[in-house]
Amino acid sequence: MSSDQDEDSQSQHHTQTAERDRSIRCLVSKVGLDGHDRGAHVISRAFRDAGFEVIYSGLHKAPDEIVQAAVQEDVDVLGISILSGAHDTLVPKIMDGLEEYGAREDTLVLVGGVIPDEDRPELEDEGVAAIFGPGTSIEETIEFVRENAPER
Amino acid sequence: MNADDRELLDALLAGEHRALARTISKIENRAPGYRELVSALYAHTGNADVIGITGSPGAGKSTLVDKLAETYRERGETVGIIAIDPSSPFTGGAVLGDRIRMASTIGDMDVFVRSMSARGTLGGLSTATADAVKAMDAFGKDKIIIETVGAGQNEVDIVRTADTVAVLVPPGSGDSIQTLKAGILEIADVFAVNKADRDGADRTVQELREMLHIGEGVGFGGSGHHGADAMADDRTEPTAGTGAGNEDRGGNTDAEAGADGDGNDTDSPAEWTPSIVETVATDGTGVDTFIDELAAHKSFLVDSGTHAEKVRERYAEEIRTLLREDINTLLETELEEAGGVEDLAEAVRTGDTDPYTIATDVLSPVAACLEEAAVQAPGLESESDADRH
Repeated sequence: MSSDQDEDSQSQHHTQTAERDRSIRCLVSKVGLDGHDRGAHVISRAFRDAGFEVIYSGLHKAPDEIVQAAVQEDVDVLGISILSGAHDTLVPKIMDGLEEYGAREDTLVLVGGVIPDEDRPELEDEGVAAIFGPGTSIEETIEFVRENAPER
Repeated sequence: MNADDRELLDALLAGEHRALARTISKIENRAPGYRELVSALYAHTGNADVIGITGSPGAGKSTLVDKLAETYRERGETVGIIAIDPSSPFTGGAVLGDRIRMASTIGDMDVFVRSMSARGTLGGLSTATADAVKAMDAFGKDKIIIETVGAGQNEVDIVRTADTVAVLVPPGSGDSIQTLKAGILEIADVFAVNKADRDGADRTVQELREMLHIGEGVGFGGSGHHGADAMADDRTEPTAGTGAGNEDRGGNTDAEAGADGDGNDTDSPAEWTPSIVETVATDGTGVDTFIDELAAHKSFLVDSGTHAEKVRERYAEEIRTLLREDINTLLETELEEAGGVEDLAEAVRTGDTDPYTIATDVLSPVAACLEEAAVQAPGLESESDADRH
């Protein structure tokens, strides 16, 4: 991971990124009754192009299923895309599930989608590291992941 | 092994999912200490059936694997799945999409699905896969399924870590059968003509059967007795008893063997003739038959004694691959000391030298060390090697 600084400045330069010791693993997930997955697809593709290994959950997953995938795949980053407004019930369930398997501490949990400002503190208290709303640039998200992906 | 790894190993053996996940990550990342960890796993392995599944993209591998897992779970067996997807040769990134297809068993923690990307290291993936299989085996999985796109030599090496290899051939892939011939089709123990409800499935089965019989005719496997008469009823010709195709097995087997007189299993080494099953993975048709064939192959391996041979060959290959990688790592260091590969490449470009001269130069100190080591106690070299990792 020591070569991170070089890579950031030359992220377009494929030979640099290909030489990473370790790929950042991400689970991009859609949870609950929310069928809007364009954002999740765009993020998956952008993460892939950034050199991350991306596992996409598919649509309509239950919190348990997200937790199962996150634990088994041992991901560094769990991105939860929610546009349905059910974040205040679904996200805590996922966080509790991660806790159950001892994965909460060292998984970087991100939430993307439509989250009203007044709901943000609650999610952050739950342990969500960052919330990316509409208008967030892809670069910003990738940068955040690179800087905050847990060291293991 | 350090205390953390010892703890991780204990947790894995105690059945903690997170410990298995973390162990596989260590294996994938070649994290410090992973070698000792994998070494320690070996004592706890050998109980799982390892099945490799390969086929062209879109053949229905993930869907069939999902159904396999579901059926095994109904039978009370635990399942580990390693799903391998390609990674970008440019960024190293990957989208690992096999998990989406595995919906039947979702939520069931006794199906452990792990997605792995190819990560671009030659030979490295087959080692990592073999090690991940060991981790799942030690964890106590009854069945371990390795799923990978059949695209080339690398994939062939991967599925060879399995006891039994199934190749999926969708109907209407007459052309792709041709292109697959050189590699993938040769490694199949069981063929599954998936999407068998589609037009052309019969023809694909027929083509596969013909291919297998052509192979038999020219092979070494005790087929020498094939006279004109035998050729005429090739369809019902049993090869080494258990080795016959699924449709060929049954009532006529005894009669045929009697008519032939010189049963293959007595005068030549037993040989498995790949069986062909038709499946429709989406609705589960043929999955039971498919599983029976996988089991039949495993029984054949054990009964005929070829299993031990196969395992031995596999370990021999693992040892070779591991050594190649280790030496490669050593050489990378040498290469750095010689000025880095880019400078050397530039020197070739400008005509100052050539790749062969460089390779000899880079290798000479290594060769010198080896000669020195041969004079000294043989143990020293391997210890200093272990320190490096």
